[in-house]
Amino acid sequence: MATKEEILNGVKTVLVDALAVDEEEVTPEATLVDDLGAESIDILDIIFNLEKTFGIKIDRGELIPEDLLTNQQYVQDGKLTAAGLDMLRERLPNADIDTFAKNPMVQNITKILTVNDMCYIVESKLNAN
Amino acid sequence: MHWYWIDRFTIFESGTRAQAIKAISRGEDHLSDHFHYHPVMPASLMIEGLAQTAGLLIHETHHFQKKVVLGKIPKFHIYNTELVPGDTLIYDASIEYIADDGSMASVQVHRKDELIADGTLVFAHLGQGFMNKKLFNEGELEDLVRVYGMYDIGVQKDGTPIVDPEN
Repeated sequence: MATKEEILNGVKTVLVDALAVDEEEVTPEATLVDDLGAESIDILDIIFNLEKTFGIKIDRGELIPEDLLTNQQYVQDGKLTAAGLDMLRERLPNADIDTFAKNPMVQNITKILTVNDMCYIVESKLNAN
Repeated sequence: MHWYWIDRFTIFESGTRAQAIKAISRGEDHLSDHFHYHPVMPASLMIEGLAQTAGLLIHETHHFQKKVVLGKIPKFHIYNTELVPGDTLIYDASIEYIADDGSMASVQVHRKDELIADGTLVFAHLGQGFMNKKLFNEGELEDLVRVYGMYDIGVQKDGTPIVDPEN
């Protein structure tokens, strides 16, 4: 079983390759979009390479909870409801939901994904195997 | 203006891999300017040929129902840029990963046994936001792969031929 450090190092390697950033920039708290400059096509590249590196299968919906964003129970007028925010906290336990909650527009959701979230998803997948 | 940067498929295994050839001809317009006294095929057109090889492989895997576009080139190494009239380039593409919203292919270019370039291409399969945008006319892609000989040599994963819907 990979240690947390091994997972972080593997995630770092994938992000450095996919986003052409320096390794020092890839801190656990760094956000993929704002801090590391990821675009939507990069998310595909990152998922492919995380799967390859760790031998796991990641559903894109697990990374970006699209099912949640299309559910009227959780989204109203383009914003996440309180129930939606609770669900998001459950799905992305490391993400800074409090900051996002100040302006919980659906289109901002990818901005809260951090390197830590990547590690968490990889770790939970490895544990499930 | 046509935008054909492969000549024909030589291997086409649905959902798995494709190989195409591209013969560089002095008669290609762009070689008059690139460069007049030293005609060399621009490497960007080699990448376009690879994108067509891999992209059509992915299109066929989805039965031409998805809007597949080249989204990113995460890795690409060119080992020799002297691609001149008379050369025949061999483009190989293998699907590394394919999902509903995107795919990744590893690609290589050879000139005989010489490795000219290799890399990875990421394709996006455009979603709902592009529902009303038309990339190709009805049947256009099937016509293209027909011209490229895909229906002559293409096989399904079980080895049976890919059947031309017009036959």
